Amino acid sequence: MLAEYLPVAVLFVIAFLFVALSLLVSSKLGPSRPNPVKNAAYESGIIPDPETAVGGSRFPVRFYLVAMLFIIFDVEAVFLYPWATVLRDLSWYGLAVMGVFVALLFESYYYVLRKGGLEWD
Amino acid sequence: MTLLAQIPPLQIPDIAWSAISPELVLFGVGILALLLDTAGPQRLQASFLVFGFAAAGAGYIALSTEQSVLPGLVGLAALGQFALTAIWRDRPRLLSALLAALGFAGAIGVTTWQWGAYSGRLVGADAATFVGTDSLLGGMVAVDGVALFTRVTVCLAGLVTVPLSFAYAEERRIHRGEYYPLLLFAATGMTLLASSADFIMVFIAIEVLSLSLYILAGFAKRDLNSQEAALKYFLLGAFSSALLLYGIALVYGVTGSTNIAEAGRAFSSLDAPQGMAVAAMALLIVGFGFKTAIVPFHMWTPDVYQGAPTPITGFMAAATKAAAFAAFLRVFVGAFAPLQWSWTPVLWVLAALTMLAGAILAVVQNDVKRMLGYSAVAHAGYVLIGFVAVNRAGVSGVLVYLLIYTFMSLGSFGVLALLERRNHKAMAIDDLRGLGRRDPVPAGMLALFLLSLAGIPGTAGFVAKFAVFRAGIEAGHAALVVIAVVSSVIAAFFYIRVIVAMFMEDVPEGVAAEAPLAPSTGMSAGIAFSAAVMVAFGTVLPFLLVDLADQAATFVS
Amino acid sequence: MIVPAGHYLVLAAALFTVGVVGVLVRRNLIVMFMCIELMLNSVNLTLVTFSRVNGNLDGQVLSFFVMVVAAAEVTVGLALIVNLFRLKASADADDVDALRS
Repeated sequence: MLAEYLPVAVLFVIAFLFVALSLLVSSKLGPSRPNPVKNAAYESGIIPDPETAVGGSRFPVRFYLVAMLFIIFDVEAVFLYPWATVLRDLSWYGLAVMGVFVALLFESYYYVLRKGGLEWD
Repeated sequence: MTLLAQIPPLQIPDIAWSAISPELVLFGVGILALLLDTAGPQRLQASFLVFGFAAAGAGYIALSTEQSVLPGLVGLAALGQFALTAIWRDRPRLLSALLAALGFAGAIGVTTWQWGAYSGRLVGADAATFVGTDSLLGGMVAVDGVALFTRVTVCLAGLVTVPLSFAYAEERRIHRGEYYPLLLFAATGMTLLASSADFIMVFIAIEVLSLSLYILAGFAKRDLNSQEAALKYFLLGAFSSALLLYGIALVYGVTGSTNIAEAGRAFSSLDAPQGMAVAAMALLIVGFGFKTAIVPFHMWTPDVYQGAPTPITGFMAAATKAAAFAAFLRVFVGAFAPLQWSWTPVLWVLAALTMLAGAILAVVQNDVKRMLGYSAVAHAGYVLIGFVAVNRAGVSGVLVYLLIYTFMSLGSFGVLALLERRNHKAMAIDDLRGLGRRDPVPAGMLALFLLSLAGIPGTAGFVAKFAVFRAGIEAGHAALVVIAVVSSVIAAFFYIRVIVAMFMEDVPEGVAAEAPLAPSTGMSAGIAFSAAVMVAFGTVLPFLLVDLADQAATFVS
Repeated sequence: MIVPAGHYLVLAAALFTVGVVGVLVRRNLIVMFMCIELMLNSVNLTLVTFSRVNGNLDGQVLSFFVMVVAAAEVTVGLALIVNLFRLKASADADDVDALRS
């Protein structure tokens, strides 16, 4: 039973070793020339605002909007997994029914797009 | 690996799509209305695209099954929506409203067809069950009398709500394109809930209707009252859904099935009621109690009813109650019949509490909408009498009550919406003083609905009350009926207080210079239709309705 | 080591209780909201456990739907809270009290 999980354990060990080794090698061999820009916290290219970090200012509400849209479309994909495992048995009928489902998803995507839900500014 | 080996080979269930045809109509029209609203200037092209797909689908069905009725109807509907879009392409709101009204009417038509098709089987081999639908959609959906009757109730409520909403939403500047689609989606959830034969379906249907109603309750985005109503409704609604879901999980744990009928069979084969079964039952009572606004789970009702846009309040009060009671009945009569000794007394007490608390709290209210909210709580209590009776007369009484209450509720909230349009504010009872002198027609309509809500003999409300009281007496719950009569007397007091204010008192000084009432065509039509139905059921055809409900008062077992 | 099913059920019940208590005693709307999500997810755990015990997949199917519904609920709920925050600049349940008798 547990032996089935041996490859997973091996993978874990290899992954850990690889990360540790890469970090070690780059810190030993690579040149180190720090400057303020490099030391700044990385926030997806946005200049970090210290007030945000301590709760002084707010995140723009657009973040929530995009996050909500992401969640809803992301979770719909959960229905595709069980369907995919039995696709062969369901054959064309299953494909057609899932086509309807995906078409409805696209309709909501079209709605979001037209209402400007994905525009940043 | 090991789990997969246990699973038997997959069988595609025999899906009878016709069983959920009203839901498909409502949902399809909802999607269509949303698409056409979204498409904006390309409305005509989008409509043509829909027409093309629908025609292709209809052609495929016609060729593969050699039927002509269903593809013909689909093709006709597709052509109809294209024609409507072509005529009103520049008035998107009117187009949505028309589509929504047609969708509700179409769903009523389809349900009537189902009624005809299925009741034909009454004379067949097994006359005891209305329809044998064990295998429909893998046992997910039951098409029986209760389901069909409630579907009609919900769709009628929607059909009246659309014209009531139009001018009101326009006036309050909340007439956005999502309004009618959401109404249709809520109705889809409600009709589905009324016909769910499986706990999975119960949960999904409840969520579909609730999520749509949360948004509709908060549809006035800039109005704090509306937002507050939506938020309260959302928090308590989600909370009660979670409780309900835990109850469902426990039922599944005890019985090993999520099918309501199968769970009932499993419960009856258990020797003694297990603790888990009773806990599940309690959780389900709490969950459904929230949805149907039974005391002590009614706290959200007055707030939400007061804050939500008025036509939506009427729709919520009427249709949600109808659908939730249908599912409540189906679950408890279907799954928990073997444990009846344990839930009847609980519901008895809840019914008594609901009737008394609803009526007493309504007396002290000043805002008319809020007062009607508490009165809705009291009415949930009267419906519970029919429930507690657990006999055929009881189920029939519940159906009659909910149908008549639909029109009373929509009518009274409709008149309030009309008055709010002029005054641009919520109506307190003082604002209604002297209304009968200035605007006799709306005041008379409101008086009619209020008298009916009070259950004065000769009105439809009396017919409804009589139906549930009769069932209660038959089942030996005379004490409960006495409590109901006491509650009705208390309730009559505040209904009549409003009528006295309208007709006996003078217009207060300083507010005489009000603009004349300008009812829109839609509002007048909606209110007049409700009033006409009220009068018809109250005087001429109560027996027709009661007969119909008696016929429908059966469950698939 | 195989953990008996009862342990999962007790854990789920405990999580559910934490959620219920959280909704009832906390006043921050976001926290109340998270507690509701906790309740839904504890039900998911219960469902999956029962599904394993009963040897059929109904419970797992329902838990899929619960996940999707929970996501939809998050979307609607956050939209309402964000909108209220824009109107009132507060996310405290006690500040939401305009509707009183």
